[in-house]
Amino acid sequence: MTFLSTATLVARKDLLVEARSREVIYTSLLFAISCMLVFAFGLVKEGRVIADAAGAILWITIAFAGTLALSRIFDRERQNETLRALLLAPTPRAAIYVGKFAGVLGLLLLVEGIVVPLVVLMFDAQLFRHTGWMLGLLLAGSAGYAAVGTLFAAMLARSRSRGALLPVLLYPITVPVIIGGVRGTAALLQPEADLVLARAWLMMLIAFDAVFITLSLWTFEPAMTE
Amino acid sequence: MRRLFPVLLVLCMALFAYAPFLILNAPYESTMGLVQKIFYFHVSTAITMFVSAFTCGIASAIFLFGRRPAADRVGFAAAELTVLLGLVVLISGPLWARKAWGLWWQWDARLTSTLVMWLVFQAYLLLRRFGGPGSEKLAAAVGLFGAALVPFVYWSVNMWRTVHPTTNVVPTLDASMRGPFLWCVAAFLCLYVLLLAARTELEKRRARLDELYLALED
Repeated sequence: MTFLSTATLVARKDLLVEARSREVIYTSLLFAISCMLVFAFGLVKEGRVIADAAGAILWITIAFAGTLALSRIFDRERQNETLRALLLAPTPRAAIYVGKFAGVLGLLLLVEGIVVPLVVLMFDAQLFRHTGWMLGLLLAGSAGYAAVGTLFAAMLARSRSRGALLPVLLYPITVPVIIGGVRGTAALLQPEADLVLARAWLMMLIAFDAVFITLSLWTFEPAMTE
Repeated sequence: MRRLFPVLLVLCMALFAYAPFLILNAPYESTMGLVQKIFYFHVSTAITMFVSAFTCGIASAIFLFGRRPAADRVGFAAAELTVLLGLVVLISGPLWARKAWGLWWQWDARLTSTLVMWLVFQAYLLLRRFGGPGSEKLAAAVGLFGAALVPFVYWSVNMWRTVHPTTNVVPTLDASMRGPFLWCVAAFLCLYVLLLAARTELEKRRARLDELYLALED
């Protein structure tokens, strides 16, 4: 079996399980909405959102909902010891990582597909004045987040106290990605969208994605060996 | 190392004993005056912190790919020292900033990225302490990611407009300030090697003790 077909199979399995149970989607969505509710009380003054807050609300909601989705996806693998079976399969570990990464990214993008329009509606944010740039930021940001998230969630799957440790590990390491997303979105949300700045942040996001994905591919194999 | 240790210890003590006199005799910076002198320790610890983060990253990579427990012990010691040195950097910086900028803390790129890196190494230590068995490998991966952040922290001052002085300060340092500065860097690097050696040795003995306990139980 080739590298790519293994990765596709793993990703397809994750998305299929999710399509049947819809557990991760429903829980992270509900969580994302409650998150926004909390922000609405903190960051809205006299009916208006504080300037620049919409970008922060969007990305923090994505990050929080992403953590929930990540831990749930790997809990599922643990319940029936399927992670061990997956690792025993005679395929390159990196292919398993790529498959898992694609599955997580797919789920994250699905959640974003609902969260982003919600932020547009509820916080009156003009996110889609420059659709291409916004989609680029979302994709690059989610890819970086999912790359690191998949690696650490997979490694923590067998550790005790993983529920507490995943956010502690994930947030400091992915903070550059979140910052890039928030600042890039803020540049697009200005009355006169600053495309040069948005482009600079997008480039930085892509640079971080390259570093994160390379490091994750590199460390997944030795780190998952028992 | 065991034979080198006392020699280095004496050298380190001498370096640190003489450093205050050198700093005292260095000329005053024209605009900042006395507070500028914190630079000699602040930048030296920051450089040592970067060295420490790299040490942790390299040791973690050797542990992950070469499976040498010795590398893991070095990585653990280096991570702990990175947190310690980071604390010194993050305390000495604001002390200077209060006088130079009128603020303890600014959310600029250099300060933020240093804080992020420090948090990553804190996460490493948390993982080692509370992760349970098998967390060494996971921690090693965290160490690698932490070391990957070092170039970003270093160049952040040049990439963004920040209030923090740029990396240009050290190469263009006045000759009368360069001497004391290099002296302080040497002192902190010497101290770092000593602490790293001592901490690694402690881990080594701890591992040996665990082995003995296991042997006793069998």
